[in-house]
Amino acid sequence: MTTFDFLLQGLAVAMDPMILLYALIGVTLGTAVGVLPGIGPALTVALLLPVTYGLDPAGSLIMFAGIYYGGMYGGSTTSILLNTPGESASIVTALEGNKMARAGRGGPALATAAIGSFVAGLIATLALAFLAPYVVKLALIFGPREYFALMMLAFVTVSAAFGDSTMKGLTSLFIGLTLALVGIDQLTGQARLSFGVPELLDGVEVTTLAVALFAIGEALFVAAQGPAAAETIQAVKGSVWMTRADWARSWKPWLRGTAIGFPIGAMPAGGAEIGTLLSYATEKRLSKHPEEFGHGAIEGVAGPEAANNASAAGTLVPLLTLGLPTSATAAILLAGFQQFGLQPGPLLFVTSPQLVWGLIASLLIANVMLLVLNLPLIRLWVKLLTIPRHWLYAGILLFATLGTIGMNPSPVELGMLMLFGILGFLMRLYGYPIAPVVVGLILGPMAEQQLRRALSIAQGDWTTLVSTPISAGILTLATLALVIPLILRLRGRGQLLSQLATDED
Amino acid sequence: MKHLAATARRPDGAALFIATALAALGALLVWQGAGIEEKGGYAGIGSGDLPRFLGIGLFALAAAHVFSAFRYAGGAVMRPQIGPVLWVVAGLALQVALLRPLGFSIAMGLLFALTAAGFGKRNLALTLPVGVGLSLAVYAVFDQLLKLRLPAGFLETLLFGG
Repeated sequence: MTTFDFLLQGLAVAMDPMILLYALIGVTLGTAVGVLPGIGPALTVALLLPVTYGLDPAGSLIMFAGIYYGGMYGGSTTSILLNTPGESASIVTALEGNKMARAGRGGPALATAAIGSFVAGLIATLALAFLAPYVVKLALIFGPREYFALMMLAFVTVSAAFGDSTMKGLTSLFIGLTLALVGIDQLTGQARLSFGVPELLDGVEVTTLAVALFAIGEALFVAAQGPAAAETIQAVKGSVWMTRADWARSWKPWLRGTAIGFPIGAMPAGGAEIGTLLSYATEKRLSKHPEEFGHGAIEGVAGPEAANNASAAGTLVPLLTLGLPTSATAAILLAGFQQFGLQPGPLLFVTSPQLVWGLIASLLIANVMLLVLNLPLIRLWVKLLTIPRHWLYAGILLFATLGTIGMNPSPVELGMLMLFGILGFLMRLYGYPIAPVVVGLILGPMAEQQLRRALSIAQGDWTTLVSTPISAGILTLATLALVIPLILRLRGRGQLLSQLATDED
Repeated sequence: MKHLAATARRPDGAALFIATALAALGALLVWQGAGIEEKGGYAGIGSGDLPRFLGIGLFALAAAHVFSAFRYAGGAVMRPQIGPVLWVVAGLALQVALLRPLGFSIAMGLLFALTAAGFGKRNLALTLPVGVGLSLAVYAVFDQLLKLRLPAGFLETLLFGG
């Protein structure tokens, strides 16, 4: 069967009314959290994980993916109207989009962001569908040592390659890896770092850690800034439709943004921010109206927004085909798969093709839903921005703790939630990245297992790790990704890298 | 931005404190790793080796923090307002303590009200009833409809039965 047949089969799954309902709930929730500043898609999926224990796996996963896509759409709205990015990948959109809104062109800015997201999402999801089978074929020849090498690469790119300090990124990663040790070692059954507390034998729950770091840490951080100056929301004036000139200036940036965003998302390079920044720089260079950049150039909204969504789809390539999360949201999605006893990777395409292709096909449908939800209903979403902060954050904390209480209402679990929340606050305060902690917690045990398995096969011979060209190549790449930024920073050229910082989404 | 300015005369205190914490965590890992019986088998590395390795890594990071504390000026860290943070943390602590004895809605309502207080809405006579009411609604949806087991107190038993 060809990819096309699989995709048609997937569409049949995705057109099921219940599945459509899950997708609709997902994209609606995703748009809402994308619009609200301070909560991102990673957090929302983490909050929903415990709630979906009893629900249908396919439907729940489709809902989660819908939240991911929706969050990317909604984030642009906040950037354009409030100049506060709703999620970190929309920072660039705020540059030009907010200027356009101030000049009374908020409507076209929102429209080019939404349509650009749609075009990019559609192309990138199709690219995902056609690329995935090839990566799966490649993955079938991967053994433990290649997986171990891939995980090392993911560790380095998520923690050390971008952001303003290698040291801080690695510190975050090591905290995550340390937390991953807690509990019973899956290979020998020995307890580690549990200090005789029975609740700790199960290890640190990914959802507890993610909710604590993202939701509670963020809430404490916002609270610590005290009563913020009231931000002005730019009203959407005039038509939301774009003029012929807007279309002419938008369609090329959309395509270029997609072409930049998708490969960057698909590589284990972490985060959508890199793609958006590269796209912005490209549009600025290629534009026929370079003087407009900084004063509201529509290309500066169209390109990055397309790149943003394309890299969200790209992130799903390593996640689905290799089981390798390269962003915090992907890490939480992986936890979602594992909750239902599914392990993403090449085998999943064989054992549950219905689910994988249903998921991919429903992303196409979710894209259409998002376009409908976002363009005509934009004024409705803007209303969300008028919720007073005290009600908003009180509600966020309510739902943040609800997940943990529903899963395991023990004082130990809730105590961990509080402690990690304070940890997340302190890390934000001192500029330590959050995502590496979560990725370390999820990938740490997997990397350890693959390493020990590879060494078992080779009877303790460490050179096995570099004995195939693939594993040696990936490990070299990982070393370069660690060393080159270090040298760049030591020579005082780190500003570019810190702009590319990977934040929580 | 740390590496841009090395003008401060005093070492960066926060980095030194973090270095101490990392070294302590590293020592804990090495100690715990040493206490685990070795069952490496064919691999040659067992359960205790990764903790030891991570412990050594944490020592290295602690050393890097000490180095950067003396070499670079501390970044311009925002001065946090401790009051609002304490309100929210108090809400979380109260929730842990009161969840079992008083049940989901009251503990959650308290967290809601104290968080709102942290964000500037100090009128507990308004926020507490709103929080408890909202929590009851959440309890009704999740416990009664979605079958997520939430700890019940007298309020839930009274309204929804045992």
